[in-house]
Amino acid sequence: MGKRILKKEEEERARLLMYRDRQLSRRILQRVKRKGQELREKLGKSPVFMEVCGTHTVAFSKTGLRKALEDLIDLRSGPGCPVCVIDYGDMDKIIALSRLENVTIGTFGDMFRVPGSHSSLEQEKALGSRVKVFYSPSDAVQWAEKNPCHQLIFIGVGFETTAPMVALSLQEAEDKGLKNFSVLSLHKLVPPALRTLLTDCDLKVDGFILPGHVSAVIGREAFDFLSQEFSTPGVVAGFEPVDLLGAIDNLMGQMLEGACQVDNNYTRVVRDQGNRTAQRVIKEFYDVVEKSWRGLGNIPYSGLDLKEDLKKFDASKRFPVEISTPNIPQECRCEDVLTGKIVPHQCHLFGKECKPQKPVGTCMVSPEGACGVHYQYDNN
Amino acid sequence: MCLGVPGKVVMISNENRTALVDSFGVPRWVGITLVPDVEVDDYVLVHAGYALEKIDEGDAEERIKLWDEVLEVEEEK
Ligand code: SF4
Repeated sequence: MGKRILKKEEEERARLLMYRDRQLSRRILQRVKRKGQELREKLGKSPVFMEVCGTHTVAFSKTGLRKALEDLIDLRSGPGCPVCVIDYGDMDKIIALSRLENVTIGTFGDMFRVPGSHSSLEQEKALGSRVKVFYSPSDAVQWAEKNPCHQLIFIGVGFETTAPMVALSLQEAEDKGLKNFSVLSLHKLVPPALRTLLTDCDLKVDGFILPGHVSAVIGREAFDFLSQEFSTPGVVAGFEPVDLLGAIDNLMGQMLEGACQVDNNYTRVVRDQGNRTAQRVIKEFYDVVEKSWRGLGNIPYSGLDLKEDLKKFDASKRFPVEISTPNIPQECRCEDVLTGKIVPHQCHLFGKECKPQKPVGTCMVSPEGACGVHYQYDNN
Repeated sequence: MCLGVPGKVVMISNENRTALVDSFGVPRWVGITLVPDVEVDDYVLVHAGYALEKIDEGDAEERIKLWDEVLEVEEEK
């Protein structure tokens, strides 16, 4: 009996791991290369595809597919790394909060080294501020419960994927009756950023590789506007090699056939209409507001603030801090990287004044930032 | 930041809406509020300590089969 259960589990795992299978990936790569040649002959140039998810940015480099396809596609990174698009003013606010008496900042690890105008959480911690890195906002709530004398401010960064988790942690704090837990909501929404990119940017994107886990929440249909309003195809994709190659194959196929639609290649996780429960949680806890994005500026209806009736959990209301005008490093070209106008090595600080050990901009410091990822995996 | 890890639901605690999920040998309790109909033995995708969505294993297998078929036809040419 026990053996049979194990065998079943092994088979199930093997099924999920097929998406990493080398043999299969190699075969799809051959097909993608054939299609790529054909497409390049048709267009007279390589098509421009953009991934709008930091996890995709990493996956394309880590798997070696960015390199393997560099002659056939012009692959750009968009504003898909939530840490990279943090506004300098918001980062300065976080740092000001970390300096308050009795406050502990709770954050995801990615935020730790992000530079504000003059400092980072890492530097502040060295100077005595209390900063704790959590894997889950729920862990932060439990920490707050155990440390009632500290005010824990959790930094809510991320897109549609993370926003519901932070909301649920507030619910947990409420259920526990905690008075020392609050959230600074900096959550951002992906579709409005793509809209801005397509409207304002001179870059002609031929197709989008859409973020799998954001789509799991909002649904494939939330991206239909790409094809319907901007005549640009897209494909929702997972993160394994077979998923990445499948996405490229899909976009190339659409271009060769003259089709233009938003497809879902990640049907094992993403439903057309998304996760209704997660959408309901977002609606219940947040208002959709204008937010400022590094690289894209102010975008209306592109972010989430906590609702008025949650103000006892809202760090921006409970701990108002004053900051001066942000000081933005002039030579950093994160703005152009985040809008796909340049690839990282086209910034003249890349790999010289700006390296992961000594980053100038967020795109170098974040583990999912295009500059950092290119430096680590694709820089020869 | 939107990284998700697949795992299999081993046990459900209805009292606080959490489940013990085994991610390829690593067990962890995660919140399951967002996947209300989840059952033991289901696969879920875990993000930041919560199950984000159920993984449809049948679909995972179908798509791989489809690839095999498409590639076989092409490679025979
Ligand atoms: S290489 Fe450094 S300075 Fe240049 S755009 Fe990237 S983060 Fe900014």
